[in-house]
Amino acid sequence: MTSAPGEPAPRGVGGPVAPPALAVRAATKRFGAVVALDGVDLEVRPGEVLALLGDNGAGKSTLIKCVSGVHRLDSGSIEMGGVPVTMGSPTAARALGIETVYQDLALFDNLDPAANFYAGRELAGPRWLPPGLRVLRRREMARASAELLTRLQVGIADARAPVGLMSGGQRQAIAVARAAAFASKVVILDEPTAALGLRESRRVLDLILRLRDEGHAVIVVSHAMDHVIEVADRAAVLRRGRKVGEMTPTPDNRQGIVSLIVGGEA
Amino acid sequence: MTADARSLGRLSHQPLRLALLAIRLGPALMLPALILIMSVLTPAFLTTLNLGNVLAQSAVIAVLAIGQLLVILTRGIDLSVGSTLALASVVGALVYSAVPSGPAVILAMLATGMAVGAVNGMGYVLGRLPHPFIVTLATLSAARGLALWLSGGQPAQGMPEVIQSVGGGSAGWLPYSAFLVAAVALAVTVLLTRVVWGRWIYAVGGNPEGARRTAIPVNRVLISVYVLSGLAAGIAAFITSGRLNAGSPTFGDLAELDSIAAVVIGGASFLGGRGNVGNALVGALMIGIIRNGMNLLDVDAFLQPIVIGVVIVAAVEADVIRGRLESRFRVAQAARS
Repeated sequence: MTSAPGEPAPRGVGGPVAPPALAVRAATKRFGAVVALDGVDLEVRPGEVLALLGDNGAGKSTLIKCVSGVHRLDSGSIEMGGVPVTMGSPTAARALGIETVYQDLALFDNLDPAANFYAGRELAGPRWLPPGLRVLRRREMARASAELLTRLQVGIADARAPVGLMSGGQRQAIAVARAAAFASKVVILDEPTAALGLRESRRVLDLILRLRDEGHAVIVVSHAMDHVIEVADRAAVLRRGRKVGEMTPTPDNRQGIVSLIVGGEA
Repeated sequence: MTADARSLGRLSHQPLRLALLAIRLGPALMLPALILIMSVLTPAFLTTLNLGNVLAQSAVIAVLAIGQLLVILTRGIDLSVGSTLALASVVGALVYSAVPSGPAVILAMLATGMAVGAVNGMGYVLGRLPHPFIVTLATLSAARGLALWLSGGQPAQGMPEVIQSVGGGSAGWLPYSAFLVAAVALAVTVLLTRVVWGRWIYAVGGNPEGARRTAIPVNRVLISVYVLSGLAAGIAAFITSGRLNAGSPTFGDLAELDSIAAVVIGGASFLGGRGNVGNALVGALMIGIIRNGMNLLDVDAFLQPIVIGVVIVAAVEADVIRGRLESRFRVAQAARS
């Protein structure tokens, strides 16, 4: 939780021996009569990008909200590194090392990147004061966030400018970098390229690959098949709350994946 | 990207950057310009005696504006500060008639202000009201009513020595109240720029929902800004009562509007999240100078509110233009990347 964003995340071992960073088993969630999730299994390993695919209402959002502590599962279990965990709240999920970037990014447009990275978990002291009254360690935060932006190659002309002055791609990159900085294990990205042009999408995809190379387990929810094929090691397809397929996305099975998503009734 | 597109991006970029800078620095540049204009128009303006006057007259607005700034930063508004000032001065006078002690009276004034602020903040947050306009409108009415009722509608003459000298005294030509304003400004600047709570105030103003998600105690932050605005009204009561050597239920009439005007004229965003103590001070001084200068120039007193009104509209329009320029700036950024 309180580790500086400058520190690299623990590098994943990879290979078949490492336990999944995150595993969801037989996840079921109902909203009244609607079954949003129906016995879904899902695993993602350190250093792996998993794409979560599905049409609107397939259960993708519900699933990531359960994993990030917004909703609670009705039944089923969640494990991290082979250990069962409960996600009681978004704060609890973050404490366990899961960070989620929603489409609205939840950025503070009036604050600079460093203040955005540390919002709600500012580096400050002295420790004997109540958290709200501590003095900000502004230089330390600025330095760590500059390091983070350099490490993830987020190109920002002026790191002191408010985030509201930045382009969609830069804002997305800052939100992703914030998640990466504090997620010791899993980063979940909801439609990270949906609002971006070609060039800016490119940069965000590169950023996702860098997170993977640093050993994060990355879950990407996306409708952009080209992007999925490009960055995802595996894709899981949901339809009406069930997992209907899991495969390595390639240009060759693209059509197959699309018909799985839309449920081409044979 | 082609060389053409790149130069296009840069071309549209630099003037935008300059325009944004001009809007940001506008009020701070207009203040010296205003001083210059007034000095040229009337020799009576740039004298130490008159400048001391301007500072003394601006002190109350400045303190109220600093409190108002904190509220406006969180996208709120505090309409009650003028009435709170009156109530605090009346309570101070009542305490003085029972206990003739300066510190007791000061404490009573500050506590009264904070109490009204607490009612505002709790009413807004716990009542889950969509906007603080209504609850502070209610206390605007109720606090004034309470002040009239407690005082029987009459001002009470007499204030402790210490309040009289801080509110009305001066060191040479510099009024003591100006030092008090400086102390308040310094304290709030430290809060806003150095302390975690201040950072949270900006975060709540920038993105309330995002602040909730990052586990910032949004409700407590909101309540705190109204309590601090009430405290500022208590300090303003102390200055007003000292200067006029009385506690009166009619003090601070329409002062809430002056304080809001000062914040907006000074360049803080009425939409929340942006602004600093400098904005509040610049705005308060500009209002003070405009009033003082027009008095010196013998301009009809009825014209003053019109001039202030025009300045307010210009300031809000500058804020709107800033928003437009910023969205164009974003597009230019995307084109360049």
